[in-house]
Amino acid sequence: METKELNFLENKADEIRRKTIDTIGYLGVGHIGGALSVVDVLTLLYYRHMDVSPHDPKKKNRDKLVLSKGHAGPTLYSILADKGFFPEEWLHTLNKCGTNLPSHCDMNRTPGIDMTTGSLGQGISAAVGLALANRLDGIDKKVYLIIGDGESQEGQVWEGAMSAAQFGLNNLIAFTDFNKMQIDGYICDIMNLEDLGAKWESFGWAVQRVDGHDLQMMDKAIAEAQKEQSRPSMIILDTVKGKGAFFAEGKLESHNMNFTYEMAREACERLNNNITFKTNR
Amino acid sequence: MAKQEMRAVYAQTLVELGQKDDRIVVLEADLMKSSGTGAFKAVFPNRVFNVGVAEANMVGIACGLSAGGKIPFAASFGCFASRRTYDQFFLSGNYARQNVKLVGTDPGVTAAFNGGTHMPFEDAGIMRNIPGLVVFEPSDPISLKKLIEKSAYYSGCTYMRLHRKSVEEIYAEDEEFELGKGKVLREGGDVSIIATGAIMVSQALKAAQLLVSEGIEATVIDMHTIKPIDKELVLKYARKTGAMVTCENHQIVNGLGSAVAEVLSENYPVKLKRIGVNEQFGEVGTLEELIARFRFTPEDIASDVKQFLKK
Repeated sequence: METKELNFLENKADEIRRKTIDTIGYLGVGHIGGALSVVDVLTLLYYRHMDVSPHDPKKKNRDKLVLSKGHAGPTLYSILADKGFFPEEWLHTLNKCGTNLPSHCDMNRTPGIDMTTGSLGQGISAAVGLALANRLDGIDKKVYLIIGDGESQEGQVWEGAMSAAQFGLNNLIAFTDFNKMQIDGYICDIMNLEDLGAKWESFGWAVQRVDGHDLQMMDKAIAEAQKEQSRPSMIILDTVKGKGAFFAEGKLESHNMNFTYEMAREACERLNNNITFKTNR
Repeated sequence: MAKQEMRAVYAQTLVELGQKDDRIVVLEADLMKSSGTGAFKAVFPNRVFNVGVAEANMVGIACGLSAGGKIPFAASFGCFASRRTYDQFFLSGNYARQNVKLVGTDPGVTAAFNGGTHMPFEDAGIMRNIPGLVVFEPSDPISLKKLIEKSAYYSGCTYMRLHRKSVEEIYAEDEEFELGKGKVLREGGDVSIIATGAIMVSQALKAAQLLVSEGIEATVIDMHTIKPIDKELVLKYARKTGAMVTCENHQIVNGLGSAVAEVLSENYPVKLKRIGVNEQFGEVGTLEELIARFRFTPEDIASDVKQFLKK
C-alpha cells in the first residue's frame, strides 16, 4: 500500500473512531470497548477492499460483511453513514425507540447491513450460507466475517468452521477480534481460547495473525487471504479493547459502559490532536 | 391406490420445484436418508448441503443462503429441528425476515422406536410463539405436495411437521390448498372435530364414523395449519355445532388445542375438549402401540367425544 493511501486510511480510521465514540457517547451508554477494537479492520475493508454501493445497497454483485459480534454495530453505522448509505444525522438516533440503528445489526432496518446478528455464534453459519449462495450464482465476490473472541466460545462457531472448510469456501474471509477480554473478565481466565490459530488451522482454515491496529499488516494479510484457492481464511487480529478512548482503552469494564458526552468529546479532541501529529510527520 | 411414503413425496416435490426454480436448495444434518432428499441430490448435487450432525449450523447456513436469495428447505428430526435450532431459526431466520423452510420429521408418536428422546410433542408449540411464522402439518401425500408448493412461495419462514412414512390418502389429486385455510372433510351438526397432521386427521375421520352408530354426527376439519389458525372456519363451526374437539399428535399445551381455545374464548366461547398429549413425555414402541398408549385410536377419540358431549 502506498504511503498516501495508508495516510488516508489512518486518518479515516481515526475519523471513524471519533464518530463511533460520538455516536455511543451521545446516547451515554453502549458497547464502546468492542466497537473500538474493530474500527481499523472495518475501515480497511470498507475503504480499500470491499465493493459496495451506498446508493444500491442490495446490489447482487457486491462484497458482503457479517458482523457476527453484532454489538459492534455503531462502528459499522459510522462507516455506512460516512460512505453515504444513510444520513449522518441518523447516528444520534442510536438505540432510540423506533430508530433504524439498533444496538445490534439489523439488515431490515439499516441500509448497508448484510446480515442481522446479535446472538453470538450465528454469524459464521450465515456467512457460510452467503458464501455458498455466491458460489451457486457464480458471483465472484467475498464474504467477510468478524467474530468476537468471547464469541468464539460458542460451539456454533466451530460447527460453522468445520462446514466452511468442508465446502472449500475460499470466498469467505473471517477475522477474530482478539482483544482478550469478555464481559466477566479476561478470556484466559474465563475460558481460554489459545492456541487460537492452531485451532482454526486444525479445522482446515488458512490462518494468519496480525496486529489488528496495524493497517499495513492487515492489508497484506487480507491480500494473502484473497489469493486462497480452496480454503476459507481466518485472520486473527490482536487488538486492544476500547482502543483510542482514554476512558475505555484496555479496560475490562468497557464492554458495555456508561460515559458522558463530555468524556466522548474529550476523547475525540485527544484523537484530533493525534491526527494533527500524523499529518505533520 | 398404492400407499406412497410421505418422504418420497417431500423429495419429489422439491425436485419438481427445483426444476422450475434454481433458488430451491436443500440442507440436511446427516439425516438425508431419513428425509428422502437423496432423490433431490441425484438431480441437483450442487444444491444439497449436508452439514453433518450440526442442526444449529444447518439452520444458520440456511438463513445465510436465504439472505443470498435462495429458498432453502432444511430438515431434521422434529425434536432437533425445533429444540436444537430455535435460537438460529428465531434470530437469523424469522427476526431477520428470511425465507427458510424448516422441516421437522417424525412428529409425535411417529418417532416410534426412537422413543422419548426423539419424540417431539412440543415442536409446533415452541414454534407457534414466533411472529409471522407459518406452522403446519399435512395429513396426506396430496396435501403434503400442495402445501410444500405453497410454503416455498410464502414470503417468510415456515415450519412443517412431516411424518415420513406411508399414510392413507385423504384427498383427490386435484384438491387445492392454502396455508392457513382448514379443510372440512365431513359435515355433522352435533360436534366439530378439528384435527391436524398425518396421524390425527385420519383417526378423527374414523372416529366420526364410529360416532354415527351412537347417533352423533360430527363435522371433521383438517386444520393442517395451526399458525395462523383459520379463525373464520373455527368460528363458523363453533356457531354451527356449539361443541368443539381438537385432536393433535402433540401436547395439548401451545398446539392446535391452544390455538382453537384462543379463538373461541376471545370470540365465541363454546365448550371445548382438547385431545392430545397431556403433560407426558414420549416413549418407545411401535406406532400402533404408541397410538394406543396415548389414546389416539378412533375408539378412544369417539369415546372421549361421546363423554364430552354428555357433560
